[in-house]
Amino acid sequence: MFFEEAVSSGPQFFNLVPWIVFFPVIGLLFNIFFGGRILERSRAGEKIVGGVASLAAGLSFLVSVLLAISLNGHPEGMVVPLADWINIGELNIRWAFQVDTLSVTMMLVVSGVGTLIHIYAIGYMHEDVRHNGDPGRFRRFFVFMNLFIAAMMILVSGDNYMMLFVGWEGVGLCSYLLIGFWYEKGKDGIGNALAAKKAMVTNRIGDFGFLLAAFTIFWTFGTFKFHAIFEKAPEVAVANPGALLFITICLLIGVTGKSAQLPLYVWLPDAMAGPTPVSALIHAATMVTAGVYLVARSAEIYVLVPTAQFWVTLVGSVTALFAATIAVGQFDIKKVLAYSTISQLGFMVAAVGMGAFVAGMFHLVTHAFFKALLFLSSGSVIQGLERGHHHVEHDPKLKKQLKGHAHDFDPQDMRNMGGLRERMKITYWVYLIGAIALAGIPPLAGFWSKDEILADASKEFSWAYTLLTLAAIFTAFYMTRQILMVFFGKARTPAAEHAEESPLVVTAPLMILAVLSFFGGLINLPFDGFHQFAHWLEHTLGEYAHPGEFILVVALLSTGLALVSLALGWWLYNPRRYEEFWAIPAARRPDDPLRSYIGPIYEALKNKYWVDELYWAVFLNPYIDLSRFLADVIDWRFWHDWFHDRVIMGGYNLLTRLLAIRIDLGGIDAAANGLAVLTQRVAERLRQVQTGYVRNYALSIFVGVVIILGYLLLR
Amino acid sequence: MVPIQYYTALSAILFTIGALGVLTRRNAIIVFMSVELMLNSANLVFVAFARSFQSINGQVFVFFVMAVAAAEVAVGLALIVAIFRSKHNINIDQINNLRG
Repeated sequence: MFFEEAVSSGPQFFNLVPWIVFFPVIGLLFNIFFGGRILERSRAGEKIVGGVASLAAGLSFLVSVLLAISLNGHPEGMVVPLADWINIGELNIRWAFQVDTLSVTMMLVVSGVGTLIHIYAIGYMHEDVRHNGDPGRFRRFFVFMNLFIAAMMILVSGDNYMMLFVGWEGVGLCSYLLIGFWYEKGKDGIGNALAAKKAMVTNRIGDFGFLLAAFTIFWTFGTFKFHAIFEKAPEVAVANPGALLFITICLLIGVTGKSAQLPLYVWLPDAMAGPTPVSALIHAATMVTAGVYLVARSAEIYVLVPTAQFWVTLVGSVTALFAATIAVGQFDIKKVLAYSTISQLGFMVAAVGMGAFVAGMFHLVTHAFFKALLFLSSGSVIQGLERGHHHVEHDPKLKKQLKGHAHDFDPQDMRNMGGLRERMKITYWVYLIGAIALAGIPPLAGFWSKDEILADASKEFSWAYTLLTLAAIFTAFYMTRQILMVFFGKARTPAAEHAEESPLVVTAPLMILAVLSFFGGLINLPFDGFHQFAHWLEHTLGEYAHPGEFILVVALLSTGLALVSLALGWWLYNPRRYEEFWAIPAARRPDDPLRSYIGPIYEALKNKYWVDELYWAVFLNPYIDLSRFLADVIDWRFWHDWFHDRVIMGGYNLLTRLLAIRIDLGGIDAAANGLAVLTQRVAERLRQVQTGYVRNYALSIFVGVVIILGYLLLR
Repeated sequence: MVPIQYYTALSAILFTIGALGVLTRRNAIIVFMSVELMLNSANLVFVAFARSFQSINGQVFVFFVMAVAAAEVAVGLALIVAIFRSKHNINIDQINNLRG
């Protein structure tokens, strides 16, 4: 329908598509049933368990590649039905897989990046489960990871909104399970569990929006199938524009939850409580981009509702700037990346909001590469530090230097790092590549995708362009700050001094991702003849997949500003200056050089604009007070104490007392007893008659006979 | 021929004597004798009417009554002997074991 030349040739593997879900499911079942025994019995158990999980993800990737190859020959794609699911009256929903260029793009990203992260996790979790003291949880981790891949594949491959929703909830569940993976750890022993709960609850708010949208879709269109809905959408836009507006806005609420946009982004920074591969896979590369995918998938509805497009763009671009500024004030290496992720998701959401679907998806792909890379490298840094810390703790000579700080050592605090460039060379280089890609310096992947978004924004949405450009400036700044604090200068703690590089199983995926982050931009260079990605998506998105333009001014401006902000970062955090800053006695030293220049603003950034506190004050505390009121006054005092105890129990008591005393004792028992007493009294009298003297009896017989005879004679 | 009324009157007198004897006397033997008197007063009426009406039925009834009376006396005397053995007395005022 959308493609110009219908080239229907080449191999065709569309029917393999269910296997993208089946392989991870097989992998997780294998690990559930055999993983525990393998871990116990075999010394290479972790490699087998992790290997099976990685293989499952890898086979999923292989199928995705075959699908991509098939799409080359048959760009129209195919819907592969698998089974009927719900068949009630007009409602019939089936498990059917939509194979088109958009879904296959997502499949490739999810399974490709996912496989690399699985491999990385074999090495990472090997140490993580030991640091946290429960090696048995190794298997559980990979079961959850495979479950996530399966759920994410359902999300991206469904041919209807309900199947998408199943995946949507499935990934939410995996996110919850993996954030709370070390559920007994964290602040006060419940920190991680609280973070998981926060993610769950926040996402439920978004899912509520999604559900409302889904119901309205069914009400309006009578179906959940993408194709049928998109065909009817233009008619509905004329006949019932309100319904479409409601659907798109409610979907936007779903997007803000899942893709961590304002105002529901607050769960993502806390989600960093999960192991680092989880942060990379779920909370950076794949799950959080589901919202972007959702808007891109619903492109044909969104383009009909300019108001909704405006709101999506607004939410995305404001989030991009908002989160980027917060990232500047963070000290936790993963928190910086988390806010960066929110900011980058803002870029994507803004892009798909303004109709630049190709640019949004392009950024989604490149971001998956470089942000997964950054997260995984930060994991490598953290474990390098942990190794250093371990080394120091077990060396009596070095332990003296710790001065009793051994237990509250935070391997994620960038202030505890420094100088890792020398000790972790591979990690340093890949981190640098990821950071430059993220900062948007050409010719790395991030530049091309971000620039395409900016170019699209500059044409129609100047306000969004301004916001996003500002966000890009902050991006370059906080990445410079992070790189300088982590890798440059002198080691600031003994742990950093003795940090060790990670093993190959960890660094190999990093290197692959680094290559992808470097060259990822090649899939869609903004020059004529290079728009492969745009042409690829054209088969699905049709006319809405306009290839990005290269606007020299925009590119130069954004690159120039990124370089300026990089230089500013260098000026503030360069090793010499930072060491001088660090040499100030701790009592007089502010926590960051930036505080000397923008004190109060910095305080706001460091405290994330007090948004969490605001939510606590505005929503959570009133909510808790309300639930306490409901529990204490309504439920306990009114319902339990008064209604149950007084009304029901009291009434029942009264009734039983009435029945027992008045009816039973007073009526039934009294009747029986009365009869007995009566009998006794009568007998009391009558026994007097029985004298035992024959004479009396004879007399009574005689009298009786006389009376009877008298009666007979006289009647 | 003696009119029937005389027989009847004699019988009634005998029956009354017998009944009063049963009710007033204390000696068990005399009570028995009074009972016999009552039975025989009845017999007297039976035979008187049998003769008056030229019917054999009354005379037959008398034989039955005599048989029953004989049996009754046999049982009664046995009882009196038994009572005497245990109480050494046949005063019926002292025999009130069945008092309620």
